[in-house]
Amino acid sequence: MEARPYTECDTMGAAIEFRGVGLATAEGRPLLDGISFAVDEGTTTVVLGRSGSGKTTLLRTVNRMAEPTSGAVFLNGKAVHEAELIALRRSIGYVIQETGLFPHMTAERDAALVLEAEGHPERERMRRAHELLRAVGLEPEQFARRYPHQLSGGQRQRVGLARALASEPGVLLMDEPFGALDPLTRAEMQDMLKALLGRLKVTVLLVTHDLDEALYLGDRIVLLSDGKLVAHLEPEEFLRSREPEVERYVRAFHRGEERTREEKRA
Amino acid sequence: MSGFLAQYGGEIAELTVEHLWLTGAAMLFAAAIAVPVGVWLTRRPRWARPVIGTANVLQTIPSLAMFGFLLPLPWLGERAARVAIVALTAYALLPILRNTYAGIQGIDPALISVARALGLTNRQRFFKVELPLAASFILAGLRTATVTCVGIATIAAAVGAGGLGELIFRGVASVDNRLVLAGAIPAALLALGCDGALGLVERWMRVPGPGSAP
Repeated sequence: MEARPYTECDTMGAAIEFRGVGLATAEGRPLLDGISFAVDEGTTTVVLGRSGSGKTTLLRTVNRMAEPTSGAVFLNGKAVHEAELIALRRSIGYVIQETGLFPHMTAERDAALVLEAEGHPERERMRRAHELLRAVGLEPEQFARRYPHQLSGGQRQRVGLARALASEPGVLLMDEPFGALDPLTRAEMQDMLKALLGRLKVTVLLVTHDLDEALYLGDRIVLLSDGKLVAHLEPEEFLRSREPEVERYVRAFHRGEERTREEKRA
Repeated sequence: MSGFLAQYGGEIAELTVEHLWLTGAAMLFAAAIAVPVGVWLTRRPRWARPVIGTANVLQTIPSLAMFGFLLPLPWLGERAARVAIVALTAYALLPILRNTYAGIQGIDPALISVARALGLTNRQRFFKVELPLAASFILAGLRTATVTCVGIATIAAAVGAGGLGELIFRGVASVDNRLVLAGAIPAALLALGCDGALGLVERWMRVPGPGSAP
């Protein structure tokens, strides 16, 4: 790789840009290997890949929960490794699977936690928390004072999303946000997210292994395999791609359909 | 019986207050030492074994011997109460230390990771996430320590530190079971009372949720 300082970005309009991002463990095992692509402002890119392909690690390089060992990540043209860590993280929304809510916090406190950390007064925090809960489809009168164990899986995920949006982030990172939900609840959540993203101007990087979710939510789909980027395509292109890794991934998702089709023919 | 109470009632009350004072002071000292050290150990897990091991060794010293060891020390030995408080503090360290360490260490790492990703500073992460989640564990340690020390404090009378042990020792020396019981019963009630009261606080601090009990 050529030696050039990774301090400024030349791709305008990209909210997130990965440039030659590599990450190796202390033992030298590569988790990410020379990943380069950009996510345009206000669009959603879905990162697909099997477990262990490095997709979560890639997501975590954006808010520096993981530090690349080569290359760099840029946020609105600025290298994230030069940004002030706490301010950077507060400016990025982050949603993870199920376990992300604090068991000792009510929904309203959790949703406005970033504002609490920034020292906003209680009244303002609660007003914002209720506004956010309403935005993700939870009526504050009913849900604001509930603890995580008093919420269903889908409701917990909604609170997690509300929390991620509290600081009005330009970028939202979502790590298998709906992975633990049943298909119907997942579909509801995807609809809610899609409607919400249509209203907010937010750039999303979403990690999943669910092809259907990727096709439904993504403007672009990235496929990772063994830490390498094997495809970066629009959803229709992804389905038509002749790239063997992509074909394998798509085929793995349609086995049930294929079988019923074959049986009908027989 | 009523004659006995009329004769000793005042003394029993006085010694109970003294007993409570010795134990309470020791608990404050022990918590002030063991909680910060326990937290520090979660940041330096390498030190956990040797430090908790040392507290464990302190615990194994027979109480009478502990009082005996401390008595000849220069400043300490001047006042029996000082000896008693230092000895009780030493016994209380282990349960508080161990529970503080285990309580924080046992928090779901995913929650710590979320706290960092949300942009909480180290300080905020400790006070808003780790401490509240570990609080009921820490209190459970304090509760164990208190009950143990209410019992051990009766031995403090052997070095003249007062407390309800005084009645017990006097009763043993004069072969008067009524005196022994006059010390032992209030001491037992005191232990039960502390256990109940701290149990309530512990329950109040417990993280809400099903199956969240430690």
